[in-house]
Amino acid sequence: MSSSSRNPNKVEGGGSAQSKTRTRSATSSIISSDATHQQLDVTESESPACKKQTVTSSGHPVAPFYESDDLSDLDYQRDLNDPGEFPYTRGIHQTGYRGKLWTMRQFAGFGTPEETNNRYHQLIAAGGTGLSVAFDLPTLMGRDPDDPLSAGEIGKCGVSVASLADMERLFAGIKLSDVTTSMTINSPAPMLLAMYLVLAERQGVDWQQVSGTIQNDILKEFIAQKEYIYPPRPSMRLITDVFAFCGEHAPKWNTISVSGYHIREAGSTAVQELAFTLRDGIEYVQYGIDAGLDVDTFAPRMSFFFNAHSDFFEEIAKYRAARKIWSNVMRNRFHAKDDRSWKLRFHSQTAGGSLTGQQAYNNVMRATWQALAAVMGGTNSLHTCSLDEALALPTSDAATLALRTQQIIAHETGITEVADPLGGSYLIEALTREMENKANSYFKAIDDCGGMVEAIEQGYPQREIAESAYRDQKRVESGERAVVGVTTFVDDGAAEIPTLYIDESTEQKQLDQLQLLKQKRDTDRVARALEQVRAAADGTTNMMEPLLEAVRVYATLGEMCNALRDVWGEYEETPMI
Amino acid sequence: MGRQRERVMRTIRVVIAKSGLDGHDRGAKVIARALRDSGMEVIYTGLRQTPEQIVETVLQEDADVIGLSILSGAHNHICPRIAELLKIKGMKDVLIIVGGIIPDVDIPKLRAVGVEGIFLPGSPMQDIVNFIREHVRPSAVSK
Repeated sequence: MSSSSRNPNKVEGGGSAQSKTRTRSATSSIISSDATHQQLDVTESESPACKKQTVTSSGHPVAPFYESDDLSDLDYQRDLNDPGEFPYTRGIHQTGYRGKLWTMRQFAGFGTPEETNNRYHQLIAAGGTGLSVAFDLPTLMGRDPDDPLSAGEIGKCGVSVASLADMERLFAGIKLSDVTTSMTINSPAPMLLAMYLVLAERQGVDWQQVSGTIQNDILKEFIAQKEYIYPPRPSMRLITDVFAFCGEHAPKWNTISVSGYHIREAGSTAVQELAFTLRDGIEYVQYGIDAGLDVDTFAPRMSFFFNAHSDFFEEIAKYRAARKIWSNVMRNRFHAKDDRSWKLRFHSQTAGGSLTGQQAYNNVMRATWQALAAVMGGTNSLHTCSLDEALALPTSDAATLALRTQQIIAHETGITEVADPLGGSYLIEALTREMENKANSYFKAIDDCGGMVEAIEQGYPQREIAESAYRDQKRVESGERAVVGVTTFVDDGAAEIPTLYIDESTEQKQLDQLQLLKQKRDTDRVARALEQVRAAADGTTNMMEPLLEAVRVYATLGEMCNALRDVWGEYEETPMI
Repeated sequence: MGRQRERVMRTIRVVIAKSGLDGHDRGAKVIARALRDSGMEVIYTGLRQTPEQIVETVLQEDADVIGLSILSGAHNHICPRIAELLKIKGMKDVLIIVGGIIPDVDIPKLRAVGVEGIFLPGSPMQDIVNFIREHVRPSAVSK
């Protein structure tokens, strides 16, 4: 189909008859619920519905309907194939969710380790099947509670974990062999992984059996979320050190979750999310190979993390395109031989940025539809946002409702019975191909920069995202994109909802705990361990061993991160708007 | 009248600042662009500025407005400190506005220390532009 015929107002060229038919029938279908539809023939081209230019969130024009000509050069074996078969467009499991339901993994963390530990016990009791740790900003930035820059931030948007002692309290009563744990941690990911592994060691759990994920995706921090500490190159070394270490010692650990979520939340389109995330993935694989690793020793433990946003069909197409692109990249660009290296596994989370503070109960519906898109796109793990998250961290009731939303989709709707239920849909297949083509164009642009690290240094993805964010905000304010309860159907009298309030007492508690720890531990051993960390950073040996040793003697997160700051310095981006 | 005329003639200067450890800069950047497109001069500080650094930038840039973007919950720590520093430096006419996730219970506390505009998620860019135009101090602008 020519691109012009996608626009119902631009009917031209050889395909005009077909396009005209398309325009007419679509208009009829839009108006057919109206009793006057039999009289509409003459006026149909004047209909506002007909005139309206419709685009996806990525700006791709959407035709009123799709048909077989849209897929005329689609090759089933090459482009789709059965679920569980290369290129995995239709999913990585032959039996879809019949064989293995997605993991219901609700991201949670706030206040002290004890408070978050309580929430974990509640989530496990409510049927949650995986834990997911949200850390506070000082932890994410590798700073202790007594660091002056941590003031006012402790335990506010996640749990404060400053040492192995905090990790012990966070997982009190939870055996690490019984759960899989995802930790959203990036720059200090090796240190938090070291704490988790030492905790397993002390619980008597073999590292071979420890399973979970660290986000460990520094590139999207430079691109979008901005929680970086060190410059890009030493940061990349930490990541390949984790690849190498886990390949040998913790083979069930997912060493990285290459994340588009934050890229999307920063304002990117779906296409940019897809393209930048997968290109980040390519960068990690390349750095791993350049560090001397065999691709098949670390690629199978890479996982991905995408946003589940509101443009329903475009999101489903995004997930399908992601699997197809990745399998081809791994097989053709990197010559991976293990089919586990070809399969893209991903977690998804509904879009925090789509939630509204106004009429907050509407957010339950947003999360439901977004979760449905993720499930229809074959997500392997899912977090549904709580209804109160535009206002605060979720209350216990709101978090439970979010989990129940997933359980209803999984156990009441029947959607889980058939893999890739929308496969073969003219629309979905056309959109999937569109996403793939656009992502490949971005790959070329980033390859031309010299790679993703270089593109980031040039500010390329950052600029692209800032443009999209501003464009989207203008679309909202012009009324082009509706936000129910905010730009339309406004109701000032809507019910208020209860919210969680994190007071300042966490700060004092964590400061007290830290002081206690510093009195009890062996200061000389800590100093020696930190010296080893510094020496390793200055050399080329794997960072994990010295970090594990520092954790064992209760060196704090801030001390370990500062040791590396001493050697590598800190990254500062050039502000731009 | 003279004051009013000067107010119209001199371009409003705004420092948009990110304070604390939070790196979520989507809102700060979008607002910075909206203010610039509405004809104001905008200085964006970049990330992780201390209150001292922010107030220093306001002084150096002779700004009329500070727009703080805070999503991490650190507003109770940052806003009073900035207000205090402005007072110490004699910059009492600078308009302070905050955008981000601010719990209802904290809003009176922020107003009490001198934060005049508080913009929660969903606030239209145009409201912020209008608020600044209506509240910027003539004495701050025409000095």
